[in-house]
Amino acid sequence: MNIKNLLKIAVRALVRNKLRAILTMLGIIIGVASVIAMLAIGEGSKKNIQDEMSSMGTNLIMIMPNMQMRGGVSLGASSSMALKMSDVETLRNEAVYLSAVSPQVSASGQVIYGNQNTQTTVHGVSEEYLDIRKLEIGSGRIFSSSEVRGMSKVCILGTTVVENLFGEGADPVGVTIRIKNLPFEVIGVLEDKGESGMGQDQDDLILAPYTTVQRRLAAIDYINGIYASAVSEEKSTAAADEVTEILRRTHKLKESDEDDFRIMSQSELLETVSSITDIMTYLLGAIAGISLLVGGIGIMNIMFVSVTERTREIGLRMSIGGRSRDILRQFLVESIIMSILGGALGVVFGYLIATAAGTLMGSPVVVTTQSVILAFAVCFVIGVFFGWYPARKAANLNPIDALRYE
Amino acid sequence: MDNSIIEIRQLRKDYHVGEVVVHALRGVDLQIKEGEFVAIMGMSGSGKSTMLNILGCLDQPTAGDYFLDGTNVNSMNRDELARLRNRKLGFVFQAYNLLPRTTALENVELPLFYNPRMKSKERLERAVLALEAVGLKERMGHMPNQLSGGQQQRVAIARSLVNDPVLILADEPTGNLDTRTSVEIMELFQSLNDKGRTIVFVTHEPDIAKFATRNVMFRDGRIQRENMVTDRLIASDVLLTLPVENIEEFEN
Ligand SMILES: Nc1ncnc2c1ncn2[C@@H]1O[C@H](COP(=O)(O)OP(=O)(O)OP(=O)(O)O)[C@@H](O)[C@H]1O
Ligand SMILES: [Mg+2]
Repeated sequence: MNIKNLLKIAVRALVRNKLRAILTMLGIIIGVASVIAMLAIGEGSKKNIQDEMSSMGTNLIMIMPNMQMRGGVSLGASSSMALKMSDVETLRNEAVYLSAVSPQVSASGQVIYGNQNTQTTVHGVSEEYLDIRKLEIGSGRIFSSSEVRGMSKVCILGTTVVENLFGEGADPVGVTIRIKNLPFEVIGVLEDKGESGMGQDQDDLILAPYTTVQRRLAAIDYINGIYASAVSEEKSTAAADEVTEILRRTHKLKESDEDDFRIMSQSELLETVSSITDIMTYLLGAIAGISLLVGGIGIMNIMFVSVTERTREIGLRMSIGGRSRDILRQFLVESIIMSILGGALGVVFGYLIATAAGTLMGSPVVVTTQSVILAFAVCFVIGVFFGWYPARKAANLNPIDALRYE
Repeated sequence: MDNSIIEIRQLRKDYHVGEVVVHALRGVDLQIKEGEFVAIMGMSGSGKSTMLNILGCLDQPTAGDYFLDGTNVNSMNRDELARLRNRKLGFVFQAYNLLPRTTALENVELPLFYNPRMKSKERLERAVLALEAVGLKERMGHMPNQLSGGQQQRVAIARSLVNDPVLILADEPTGNLDTRTSVEIMELFQSLNDKGRTIVFVTHEPDIAKFATRNVMFRDGRIQRENMVTDRLIASDVLLTLPVENIEEFEN
């Protein structure tokens, strides 16, 4: 039998049994679409979080006081006061793997402008902080080192604070606001950063010189943390080791003492987060795998049932001169057509579902080529195999036995 | 002997149903010459269908030899048998066995799809001709469920003719039809037979058997007797004597 005849016979057989063909394809469509959608959502949120992380700066190194519990008892104030401004100076002078260092002092409180007020956190930092955290100035300017030294009451607002105090899109540069009742001049506004991967508003903050915050707002002589940039992402581990060495030395810690500070590097955080999102992708993948299985069983059932139904057709085709291999090829072509059509539709639906889900969740979806190939291949193999395999038995019967089959 | 198209010797067929062995054929010898028109008769269960299925290469005998057109069918493999059915045989089933939801034309075309040398143009032409021969050219776009039993049987006959077979085998082709339609089918067979085709058919009705040239009587899996038909009926003459009772003819 030539290919043209084969195609014609197979297509006619499919058209003759539209419902059966559609049901079979439905199994394939559901399988393929769910795998693609699930993996796209998983992959998308992973990428979302990773982007978020690297937009925070992959070179970032955070040094926090080690507020550990020992035997359930907090070591309290003494440990949270472990970091001093002198540590910042030492790191600036000695650490070769760090390109920028900024102290960080936080104070939270009420901010007032006119009759509007809002509750937010004021971060006291040095001018390097913006580079370290990859923050951009949207309008206005950053504070100068002389303003830092002079404890100037100047501040830079995050967009959420601007929105809360002045309304959306306002430009408050030059205006004076009151933070914890002290007047501060607004000298700049930060670029919008949006929500973090964890759903935190990253624009709800005020930056001010650390000197001002430390003395005038928080009234403390220690600092809450140190933010630094490693010279490069690859050097961030070396930088973290170096910081540990310098701080242990200057804090005069004995061999047996634990660190009184904690170092978190962004790349380390990234690893933790990606391992979490990986687990999520695996879970979604498992769900998708189950739908694939269900789809596959659906395909299998319909094929098995329909072959029983079609054994008489097979008998007839053999009795008018079809060879077993002609019959098998027909079933093979039928199932290839259904698998390709169903698979293609499944890819389209999977993409649409993923996009819809992405819009709903407000996160991007990433349809990877691998997921498409995987889903398509699995369904194709299932579809073709179960289209062909049950027909094999019928095609090996005597024509008369196949014709009499009930 | 040299012009015999069918030659069977000591043909046996046993069916095993659980512990029970049914001897459907118990040693049949039969010779049919080219151009013969043979009617097989006999009681229900006497082995007529079993015999015809074996002649049509749809089933294998348990023992015995079967020569079709000079070749021993027992020595052929499945593919060779399929080819034989496709090129030399036309089989008409008692139950029609048309593909459902498929037009008359496509049903008739079907055997030609399994002939790789057949061009699609020729395939179509032949199918239309075969339908014309059974008087159903206008119905070629109809599905089996839109046709009467007699019309379906005629589509099945058209399908058995379409590959221009040397031998047509028909199992009770008139079993479900009224007298006039039965005679019409016989007229068709007689005209095919006049053109040189060998026809073997099974029937229960002695009147219908009289259209054949030879009758073979089966009993208990054996041939009870054979006789040449002396008072052979000519279907076209008989039709003239029959009243036109077919509703369809009135409509036309
Ligand atoms: N597939 C089968 N399995 C078991 N026994 C069978 C089978 N086919 C036929 N037989 C038996 O073989 C015998 C002959 O059957 P066959 O169908 O040839 O009879 P028949 O002469 O065609 O009868 P009818 O006129 O009723 O069609 C019967 O006893 C029947 O029961
Ligand atoms: Mg019978």
